[in-house]
Formats: sequence, C-alpha cells, structure tokens
Amino acid sequence: MYQYNDFDSAFLAERNVQFRAQVERRIDGSLTEDEFKPLRLMNGLYLQLHAYMLRVAIPYGTLSANQMDKLALLAEKWDKGYGHFTTRQNIQYNWPKLNDVPDMLDALAEVNLHAIQTSGNTIRNVTADHFAGAAADEVADPRPVAELIRQWSTDHPEFQALPRKFKIAVSGALENDRAVIKAHDIGLYIVKNDAGELGYQIVVGGGLGRTPMIGKTLKEFVKQEDLLSYLEATVSVWNLLGRRDNKYKARIKITVHEHGIEEIRQRVEDRFQLIRPTFGGFDVALLKDIEAFFANPEFKSASTDGYTATYDADPLFRSWADANLAAHKNADYSIVTISLKKHGDTPGDASADQMRAMAELARQYGHDELRISHEQNVILPHVHKSDLPVIYAALREQELHTANIGLISDIIACPGMDYCALATARSIPVAQEIATRFDDLKLEHDIGHLQIKISGCINACGHHHVGHIGILGLDRAGVENYQITLGGDATNTAAVGQRVGPGFAYDEIVPAIERTVQGYLELRQDQNETFIQTFNRVGMAPFKAYIYPEAQANAA
Amino acid sequence: MARAFTPKVITANHLLEGDVIYMTDTGEWTRQMAEAVLLTDEADADVRLIEAQQQAATTVGVYLADAKADENGNPSPTHFREEFRRVGPSNYFHGKQAEA
Ligand code: HEM
Ligand code: SF4
Repeated sequence: MYQYNDFDSAFLAERNVQFRAQVERRIDGSLTEDEFKPLRLMNGLYLQLHAYMLRVAIPYGTLSANQMDKLALLAEKWDKGYGHFTTRQNIQYNWPKLNDVPDMLDALAEVNLHAIQTSGNTIRNVTADHFAGAAADEVADPRPVAELIRQWSTDHPEFQALPRKFKIAVSGALENDRAVIKAHDIGLYIVKNDAGELGYQIVVGGGLGRTPMIGKTLKEFVKQEDLLSYLEATVSVWNLLGRRDNKYKARIKITVHEHGIEEIRQRVEDRFQLIRPTFGGFDVALLKDIEAFFANPEFKSASTDGYTATYDADPLFRSWADANLAAHKNADYSIVTISLKKHGDTPGDASADQMRAMAELARQYGHDELRISHEQNVILPHVHKSDLPVIYAALREQELHTANIGLISDIIACPGMDYCALATARSIPVAQEIATRFDDLKLEHDIGHLQIKISGCINACGHHHVGHIGILGLDRAGVENYQITLGGDATNTAAVGQRVGPGFAYDEIVPAIERTVQGYLELRQDQNETFIQTFNRVGMAPFKAYIYPEAQANAA
Repeated sequence: MARAFTPKVITANHLLEGDVIYMTDTGEWTRQMAEAVLLTDEADADVRLIEAQQQAATTVGVYLADAKADENGNPSPTHFREEFRRVGPSNYFHGKQAEA
C-alpha cells in the first residue's frame, strides 16, 4: 500500500492547521459565510439538509485495516455511529459539527487520509477498479498509475480553478470494466500494444448528470512515459475551451461535444508536443517508485479442501460464495465482496462496529487490504479460500453476510432528499423498499444479474443513467415523482438508459419496478439470459406494455 | 401581474450545529418549526429576512420557506422538502424527530 513520505505528511498537517484557523475565524466573525464557504469546500465540508457533511477521499478505493479503523473512530466519536460509502469511492459523514471538523481531519491525517479536492472545480479523487491488483482478468494493477495521477493532480497550480469538477478513473481490465471508465471526464484503460508494451487507452468526455454522455476514445495507445504530459495537455485544452459562462455546459463532455473529438484530439496533440519536453522523465521514475508499494502480498499455499467441503455441505455459505466471490489471479485465492446492501438497510452505510469487524478480517485474513467499490460495497481483495468459512461466520455476526452482489437488491442509491440539499426526491427509501420486496418474493437469485441505480436528482450521483434499470427522483408540482430508464450499461459497452415514459408517484414506483422485472421473467429466452441481454434483444416496446398496463388496455 | 404573497417562515441552518432553525416572533431562533413565526405580510417578511441574514454568528443559508397554518395555527410545511427538514431523514430516527 502506498505510504506517504515526510513531505506529504507535512503538507496535510499544514493544511489542517490552516483550516482550523479558518474555522475559528468563521466562528468569531472575522470571516463571513461567503468567504468561508469556498474554504470549507476545499476541505470536503458541505452543508446539507440537516447538518454538515464531511466527504473523505479514499484514493482509488484502497484502505488499510488501520485506515478503516480510523474511519470507524470518526463515525463513533464525531458522527452518529455510521458512515456512508459513495459511488466516488469516498466516505461521507452526515452529522458532524463545525467545531469538530478540524479534529476529524487531524485524526484522518494520522493515517494519511484527507478530504482535499473532494469538492470544488478541481481534479477529484481518482477512482479505480475495486478488484485492482487481485482480478484474474486484469492486464496490470491500475493503482500505481492512479496514485501517480493523484500526486500530479493534488494541488496542481494550473488545475485549482477549472471550469468545473473533473473526474478521472482507471481500469486494468478492458473487457470487464468495473470502474465505469466511459462515464468519466477522462477514463483510462491499461492496455498492451502489439509489441507487448503497457500503455493507456484514453477515453474522454464521458459523464452523467443532466446531459449524460458516453466517453469517446481520444487515443488508442499512449505510452507509459507520455501519460502525464498527455493528461496535462488534455486538461489544459479543456481549461482553455471549457464553458465558464454556463455551469451546466462547463464539463469536458460538452466541450468535446461542441468542438468535436477530432478538433480536441488535434489541440491535445499540439499541446502535448509543446509540453512533453518539460516532463523529462521524473514521472516515469516516480511511477517505478510507486509500483514498489503495490507489489503483491505474499500469497500463502495451503489446502483448499476445507473450503470445498463447506461449500458442498452448507447451502447458505454456498449461496453467499456464488454471489459474493470473484476470481482471483491466484487460483487458491478469492476476492470477497462484502455487501453493504442488507435488504431494507441504507445502501452503502456501515456502522463503526461493522467497519472495525471488516478491518479485523483484513488484518487476519486479507493481507491488510480493503477496497471500497463505486457500487458502495467493501472488498477483501486477497483471501485464501481456506479462510472463507471463518470469514463468512464473522460476517454473519455483523449482519454483513448478505448474498446479493450483482443482484436486484445490490442497488446504488445516492443520499437523495433524506440528506442532500440539491435533491428533488428521496432515493434511499425507494432502494430499501425494492430490496425488501424482492427478498420477500424470494425471486432475487432467479432474476440473476440486474443493476438498479437510483438518483434523487438530475445530477445522477446514483449513476441511474447507466443502471440496467435506472430510477430518477423528481419534484412534480410539489410531490415526489420517479422516472424509469432501461438499458443503461456501466461496463466497457457503456450505454445511457432510455426513458420509458411518464414517471410514477412515490407509492407507484416499486410496483412499476416489479412489473418491469415480471416482464423480464416472461420475456427472457431462458434462465441464462440476463435482464440487459433480454432488453437489448427485445427493445423497449414489450417492457413498456408491462410497465404501463392501462395504456395498453386503453389502446386495445 | 404581481403574485399573491403566500405565508412564509424564516429558516436557516445553525452555524455550529448545522441543523435546521427557524425564526420566532421575537427574533430568536428555535429548532421547532411549530414555534416559528408565520409571516403573512410580504414587506414584514423581507425586513426580517435581512435581519436574519445579518446574524452571521448563528445562521448559514437563511431563506424564506413556504408554510401554512396547521389546525393549531402553528406553521407547517407546504412542500415535502421542508417536511424532511422539519422532521429528519426517513432511513434513520435521526435529526429533529430524535431530538424532540
Ligand atoms: C453533498 C452531497 C452532494 C452534492 C452537493 C453533489 C453535487 C453534485 C452535482 C452538482 C453534480 C453534477 C455535476 C455536473 O454534472 O457538473 C453531481 C454529480 C455526481 N455526483 Fe454528486 N453530489 C453529492 C453527493 C454525492 C454522492 C453521495 C455521490 C456518490 C454516491 C456523488 C457522486 C456523483 C456522481 C457519480 C456524479 C455524476 C458525475 C458526472 O456527471 O460525471 N455525489 N453531484
Ligand atoms: S443525485 Fe442529486 S440528490 Fe443524489 S446526491 Fe447527487 S445531488 Fe444529491
């Protein structure tokens, strides 16, 4: 895992001293709220509906056990005993008090965590495949390059006042994109060229929000030693061209759309040629240094018979293993996804006790590593199969054993109107009800792979555009109303879902989702055809008939 | 044509706690919407809004929120957003509902 050097630690400490003084000056009246607001946002502190909210970055979703313990401490000491993991591989605390935030930031700094650039028009927390370094299907671990990008972008003087926020994601697995690369301002796939060299495919101009767009390939192959200069060229081209006159048109997706990918490519290329010499090789040396921190842990060799025996004997364990384990590059190991989606609970929330329990499992059985996924779950990336039965038993004690990864109750939901100041409707209770409903019906495992994603407003923090079933909460004349989209895809075949038709009232949305799923069960060719495959085969019309049965009856 | 003025309360978040507060008839701040003053006169509302905004040591993000008189004559929300601010989130028993 990456370790901060003295410079990094001193930088964090100094930032925190500054912020503590700023908070004091706000409280004693020497700073107005207008002066203070940008300063608090620079330190991840928002004001929400009921309280302040502190957003802490989890770079590329990677945490050590000690870091997770610290997140638990913050939850317990300065919040209401839980934290909320988000689609940006951040954790948010929903109830801090202004006076306590400097102490919270100091506590985080003790384990090299911070809230810098989790807000504002900067390059935000760099996200990555949550199976990085462990997945059987990856070309290379995306985290070293994500760390390189983090170091380059943090406090980068040219990029502190961009036209809008800027999000970069990295994946080492082109075929199995788990990082929604094509919905980011810049997305990188690590690829190999014909000569067998590692490099990057650069995707630009993706994004969700009010104008969702799928990113376009800017360049098929950028060599490792050219990456930072290429990224710097791209961001500075946008910094110049980006629409500062209109916040809604400021993101790079609009710039790419308005100028066309060819013009952007040419400008980036010109800029790249100009600045390339100034990079002079330090970045390659740095990447080499960083890679050393992400070396494989020492995998043990032991028998996996105990695992096989438990798998055969215990149907509950088997069901969990089938849903929550993924293939590790070492065949004796597994990647364990711990579901934070217990039926009826808030997606992405973990209590302090649960965080500590997960940290302890990582310490004992997981080579001290945890990951946070953009799907709001927690991952133990390196677990020997022989340890799985005891891990499962420990997870049960904390009610963290829900066997639903990739299934209908593994829902992404943003905080929505329950917390968020920008929301137009609630999303959490909709997610809770859908999960509970399908659990009651005992249909979840029969339905199979199906992603539902819910946002409480057009900003699309819940990724509804790329959900197989997307739900968008709106305010229609003072009441909550929900629109359904179908056919969204968050992988390397990314697609924006299509709107089905008129929205549904709060009481009507869960039944409408139930009809949608009923439609799928009747339309699918066989058990192996997933929801998204069925949708792509039959299209919208047959689903529409299920979703709006009355309209169908009236037309008949 | 000028729109008719609909009744309002003055609301904000508390600077230190961050929680929702409302202005009372005497210009103090309360945590309970029922104790807020329901303003029915537009000019009065505008003056009080300015007063509230000047209390920077207590308040953040002061604004006028639509409200109506409930059966007891106390202000209550007309929009669901203000109802959530009044009560707290629906996934936990947290916020005002737990403090009342
Ligand atoms: C303090 C609460 C939040 C605020 C004020 C907020 C604000 C916003 C805004 C204004 C946008 C639209 C940006 C644009 O298109 O220019 C946005 C998009 C987004 N936010 Fe949030 N958000 C909040 C919470 C969250 C949470 C909890 C998550 C993760 C669960 C999240 C993840 C995202 C994502 C993934 C997008 C879409 C990004 C894109 O368009 O590429 N946000 N948010
Ligand atoms: S989608 Fe809207 S409601 Fe949900 S967190 Fe983002 S800004 Fe808030």
